[in-house]
This record gives sequence, structure tokens and C-alpha cells, in this order.
Amino acid sequence: MRETFVATTTALLGEDPRTAVVLADISADAFAPAMRRHPDRVINVGIREQLMTGVAGGLALTGMRPYVHSYAPFVVDRAYEQIKLDLGHQDAGAVLVSIGASYDASAEGYTHQSPGDVALLDTLDGWTVHVPGHPDEVPGLLRAAAHHDDRVYVRLSSQQNGRAHPGTDLKVIRRGRTGAVVVVVGPLLDAALEATRDLDVTVAYTHTPRPFDTDGLRALRPAEVVMVEPYLEGTSSRIIAAALSDVPHRSLHLGVSRTEERRYGTPADHARRHGLDAAGLRRSITEFLG
Amino acid sequence: MTVTAVEPELLTRITGDEKHSPSAYSTLDILWVLYDRVLRVSPETVDEPDRDRFLLSKGHGPAAYYAVLAAKGFFPVTWLDDLAGPHSRLGHHPDRVLIPGVEIGTGSLGHGLGLATGTALGLRAQGYDEARTFVLLGDAELDEGSNHEAIAYAAATGLPLTAIVVDNQSATHGWPGGIASRFVGWGVSVVDGRDHAALEAALLPRRDRPHVVIAVVEPKGS
Repeated sequence: MRETFVATTTALLGEDPRTAVVLADISADAFAPAMRRHPDRVINVGIREQLMTGVAGGLALTGMRPYVHSYAPFVVDRAYEQIKLDLGHQDAGAVLVSIGASYDASAEGYTHQSPGDVALLDTLDGWTVHVPGHPDEVPGLLRAAAHHDDRVYVRLSSQQNGRAHPGTDLKVIRRGRTGAVVVVVGPLLDAALEATRDLDVTVAYTHTPRPFDTDGLRALRPAEVVMVEPYLEGTSSRIIAAALSDVPHRSLHLGVSRTEERRYGTPADHARRHGLDAAGLRRSITEFLG
Repeated sequence: MTVTAVEPELLTRITGDEKHSPSAYSTLDILWVLYDRVLRVSPETVDEPDRDRFLLSKGHGPAAYYAVLAAKGFFPVTWLDDLAGPHSRLGHHPDRVLIPGVEIGTGSLGHGLGLATGTALGLRAQGYDEARTFVLLGDAELDEGSNHEAIAYAAATGLPLTAIVVDNQSATHGWPGGIASRFVGWGVSVVDGRDHAALEAALLPRRDRPHVVIAVVEPKGS
């Protein structure tokens, strides 16, 4: 996904003079050719993430469209007040593009992980959040964001599904006959499909949890909802509760545990510890559905 | 209109008394010189893409800022009468969405210099070579670390940007070596913040490198 991001954004720089890229050293090598071609619009501020976001706000105020990129904990967590004030409060937009996600950097430790990024953006007004589950979903999302000035977060991951599902709506991947609906966000789809392979449940997928396709969910008439999200567990509980406030339902929210994972290992190890591998998801889902 | 004409009436009108808070009053002469003699911006050109930009980073105590903007016709003088009232567009910190002529909404310290850096980069990338970017900070505000990210970056890249630091010695621990020593790689002018001719001389020349004008005024509380 990272390579796709670099290629797409590099192409956008050539096509649209509004496009700018703001970096804080992360991925600067990958953008070196783009920087040579567009020295005024590919801006590497060094290891200065507060400035990176402030620069994006200033660029946007002059009419440009900045793509701001770093590891998720640096682009979102570290610069939270800049995101709130230098973008939101100024009524300015930007496209934040992160890598690392919740535990891609499993071997690096918690300093390079951000399970809370989507929850943090949920405290702010007007953010669209894309969590692609396949590299082929990435170019369309980035290109669509070039044509407006809204605030967009694209959360890239080294975890991915076998197939791409373009479109920002909630897509039914497998239809069951009961009222049980498993909603999966981004790269956890394959694990969720495997976990529910022989269960009579509907599996729906989205790579755009904000704004969440509440109409799509309501159309499925769910009596039970299981949210499977690759970031902090319960992040979407408020959204689901509001979407179904007039419908009797039960809900279960699965995601990355709130307990800090201090062990290293691979992303697969972390997925297992958080109960987000196929076996863990199956355990939680069957227990919930009874 | 001269500052001596605008100052007592409008400042009194907005503050409601003759005793203006130091944070409001410390910037009055600088703001007047900027809007009267330096900036290429007016109520008619407030949305022009190649206008000069003035960013008030020191968003607290904006009474002088509001008084100058009203005197220059960016918004009606009557707006000054209900500061932070339920129907007022003018708060204790300015909001760019609500006030014509205000480039950024500030209040939380340490945001203006980063935004100004992006503004200068954006103007340069779009070929608006005549447009200048100014940002005003307080000396205590410089304590915020975010400013130092911008100071170092602007110096390293030779970014055309003019910062103004109003020094009324309000930083809790002071500035050993002086404020100028914190702007390594910048051009520096230290001037009397009440001297209009000196302020104009420091602010008017166009420079293709970052420049800081340190405007010294009477110490806070004096």
C-alpha cells in the first residue's frame, strides 16, 4: 500500500498543480524522484511532525491540497492539537496518509504503533477515514481526495486481504439468513471470512468507516452486529449505537485491545494476542451469538 | 487616519476602559505600522490569492488587532462594542472563519509560525512572488517548542518569511542570550516597538531569507 501511495501521489503531483506532499523524513527516499521534479511542492521538513501539520494548514490556506505522510503515531497522535487547530479550527483541509497502522511495526514496539488514531480523529469534526484492505483500493481513494478540500485520513497497512473491494459503501461479501451481521473494516476481512466460514451470518465490508454507511447497515436489518475493526476496540460503538438507536439489537465490538501489548514478534503474533486472527474472531463471534 | 487618532477611541471602545491590558497594548504600534504602511492587503483585496499575509500567532489580547482592522475598514467599528458577547464575531481569541481580514484563528500559543511557514511555501509554490508572509509572536510564546521546529526549518531552507516578536519580557524564565540568539540563521532587526519609523524600516524591505524583527516594548506590568 505504501508503494501504491507513493506512485499515485507522485502522479497527482504531475497532473494537478494544487497537489503538495509534506513529509517528516519518513518515506523521503521513496519521494526523491517526485521531489526533484516538484521541489516547491514536495516538502520534507525533517523530523518535525508539529511543523508538518502546521505547514499543511498554511499550504491549504493558500489554496493548495497537501498530502501529509508519516507513521500513524507521528502523523496523528503526536500532532493532535495541530490537527485540531491548524486544520480543523482554520476550516482548512488536508489528506493525512499514515503507515504502520496498529501493529505493522510489531517488532518496533509501542512507540511505532497507533491503535488509537481513528478514535482520536473521532473527537474532531468532519474527518473522512479510509482504511483500505488492499493496495488496489488505495489509488481511487487518494485521487478522489485531490478534487475537494475536506479533511481525509488514509490509514495504510502492510496487512491486506486477498481481494480488493472498491467503493466507499458497506458491501455485502456473504449473505446469511439470520439477523447476525459481521461488519469488517479494512484488512481484517479475510480473517473474518475464515472465522465465519460455516456460520449463518452476513459479512459486510467497508474501507471507509467515517462517515460510516449507516443506511447500508440499516438495510441489512441486523438483530446482532459484530464490528471487527483493525484499530482500538469499541471505536465505532457510538456510531453503531446511533445508527440502530430505534432498532432492537445486540452488538459486539472487536478490535485492538486497550491494554498495551509490550511483547514483540510479528503482526500475526499481535493479531493473535488481540484476538483478531481467524481463531480468535471465531471464538468471540460464536460466544456472542450463542 | 493616524494611530494617535484611532488608538484612544477604538481601544477604549473595545476594552471598555482606559486601562488596556499589556498583551493588547504591546502590539498596537506594530499592527498599525503593518496595516498602514507595509501590508499589501485591504478590505477590497482580502480574498486575493497574491495578497500579503499577516498571521497573528499571539492570539490572546487581540483588542489592538481588532481596533486596527476596524480602523482600516475590514469590519464595522460597531463590532467592537460587544467583545465576546453572545452575538459577537469578535472573541477573546480571533476566529478567521468569523472575521474578515483575519488569516488564522489563534489562541493556543505556538501555532502561527508553523502555519506561516506553510503559507510562505504555498505562495512560493504558486508563483506569487510579490506576496509576503508576516507572523507576530509574543516573547513568552516562543517558549513553545513548536516554534523552534519552524525557526530551524525556515533557516535551513532560506524561506522568505518575516516573523515579529514583541518583547515585553513576559517569558517566565526569560531568554538568556536574548531572543535574537534563538533565531540562528535568520536575519535579525531589534527595534523600539513604539517607534513607527524604526518599525517601518525593519518591516518594509523585501528579503529572500527569513527575517525576525524583535520589537522591544516596556516590560509587562511596568
